Amino acid sequence: MVMYEKTKAHFNEKFKNLPEGHLLVNLGPSHPATHGILQNVIQIDGERIVEAESVIGYVHRCFEKLGERYDYNQFLVCTDRMNYVSTPMNNIGWILTVEKMLQIEVPDRVTYVRMIISELSRIMDHIVCVGILGVDIGAFSGFLHLFHHRENIYQVLEKLTGARLTTTFCRVGGMERDIYPGFVEEIQLVCRELKPALEEFNNLLIRNRIFQDRTAGIGGISQEEALAYGYSGPNLRATGVDWDIRKDQPYMLYDKVDFDIPVGEDGSVLHRTLVRMEEIRQSIRIIEQLITNIPSGSYHADLPHIFLPEKDKVYNNMEELIYHFKIIMHGIKVPSGECYLATEAANGELGYTIISEGEKTPWRVHVRRPCFWYYQSFPDLVRGGLLADSVATMSSLNVIAGELDC
Amino acid sequence: MIESILEFLKLNYSHFLIEEEQRNSNIPHVFLKPEGIVPVLEALKTHEKYSLSYLNDLTAVDWLGKRKIRFEVLYLLRSPKNKHSQIQIRVPIDEGDSVPSIVSVFKGANWPEREVYDLFGIPFINHPNLERIVLPDNFVGYPLRKDYPLEGPGQDYLIQDLLQIHIQDDISKED
Repeated sequence: MVMYEKTKAHFNEKFKNLPEGHLLVNLGPSHPATHGILQNVIQIDGERIVEAESVIGYVHRCFEKLGERYDYNQFLVCTDRMNYVSTPMNNIGWILTVEKMLQIEVPDRVTYVRMIISELSRIMDHIVCVGILGVDIGAFSGFLHLFHHRENIYQVLEKLTGARLTTTFCRVGGMERDIYPGFVEEIQLVCRELKPALEEFNNLLIRNRIFQDRTAGIGGISQEEALAYGYSGPNLRATGVDWDIRKDQPYMLYDKVDFDIPVGEDGSVLHRTLVRMEEIRQSIRIIEQLITNIPSGSYHADLPHIFLPEKDKVYNNMEELIYHFKIIMHGIKVPSGECYLATEAANGELGYTIISEGEKTPWRVHVRRPCFWYYQSFPDLVRGGLLADSVATMSSLNVIAGELDC
Repeated sequence: MIESILEFLKLNYSHFLIEEEQRNSNIPHVFLKPEGIVPVLEALKTHEKYSLSYLNDLTAVDWLGKRKIRFEVLYLLRSPKNKHSQIQIRVPIDEGDSVPSIVSVFKGANWPEREVYDLFGIPFINHPNLERIVLPDNFVGYPLRKDYPLEGPGQDYLIQDLLQIHIQDDISKED
């Protein structure tokens, strides 16, 4: 109640001349049909939406301020809490930006594992998006079918990183630890089981007549509008723009693997869903190319002044103890300069800006969150449509509150 | 690409350009006066060859104690046509100055500009709805400024205030 009251004066002003018969509906902030704490104040005439406005900021933690106090490895835990549906991708984006500033190269083994985990988290994110879309418009069973496989991926992540949600995957210069025995086989099994499940999901939900009726042509946006609003990722590709940072500005080893970029046509809820479904298949394709070829070698770059030494060595060797002390107390010294690096996260272009003055902590950190840019178009997407469709539009955009508010 | 863009800007918009030392950055950048931001972005957006038609990022930096001019507003543009080449426009402004809003050129600048206003206190002229976006409306101060303490200057009572005000408000309504 208090949360809504926060902006009451604004809405009283904006909607003060409500026509006869029009109703002001408060969808959120904790409405079950919104994911995370999102609020939409919607003016309706019967079932039609006349005007809408989004209110955000309920989970704002000002990570950009915290980033000025944390050192480069510490900020990693903040990135966990941005897009909490596909955490490892945020971690990897941050680590790549720091590594680019330090101009260090990591062994191929690290890059391979990072790419595999990236694609697994993309699959996770898309499964949540298409699954929840089904739930929101009344089809629960498809969601349960796919969530079983998401759980399999979570178990791999849990074994690898020790956590399910806040993975804090990777460190500057490598990974926290090496992959565990049986990693390759488990991921192969996950992929093998996921493929028929996707077909099943396709037949169960996507090809269902009711689903098609509820989603085709709903919540669409034109290419020009989408570009003007700063759309990126699957939501932009659903409008027909062939644009993927993995192809256009390849990072890691994406230029070495073979995959296709699916594009839609009208940017509607159905096309967004179809693009995401195809991206899951392409991600499996990428993982299958990488998983059997993980090179042997070290799980971190040989940089003792950047990467923390192993614990048993710290306790027994003087040199490692000194490095351990130096890294913990003085942090990593990143040369002064600025860097913007964009990676293709599950929702679109995730860009980290680091401005360093050569100190232990960055001078300024800025995160370009894909959600923040495309969610502002929500009133345009739902205006003139039905109230029930606005819920479907919202789920298909895949707005993650943690990333939106940052 | 950046050389030819600089050449183009010098030829047509030399009165808006600021001569400043290039920063150590991986994105090529130019410095502009605040009043030049709308015409220059419009020109770069509609230019046939450069066609920097996608606003990639919009943010600001506080250089308190580091540089003479305190704030810098950063606009990152991307050209989908030219292999996604990027260019950054930097607008240095002093405390208390304002920047023209670019919502008329790029629709997507609406929320990012509000965010910069919210966290840095930089006002944007002609913005359609310049209000706080991620912080409560009655928040005091601008958190991303360097002189703002991490835990806030006594913000602990603010939440109490919020509750107090609205509880009273509710009670008076129900009567």
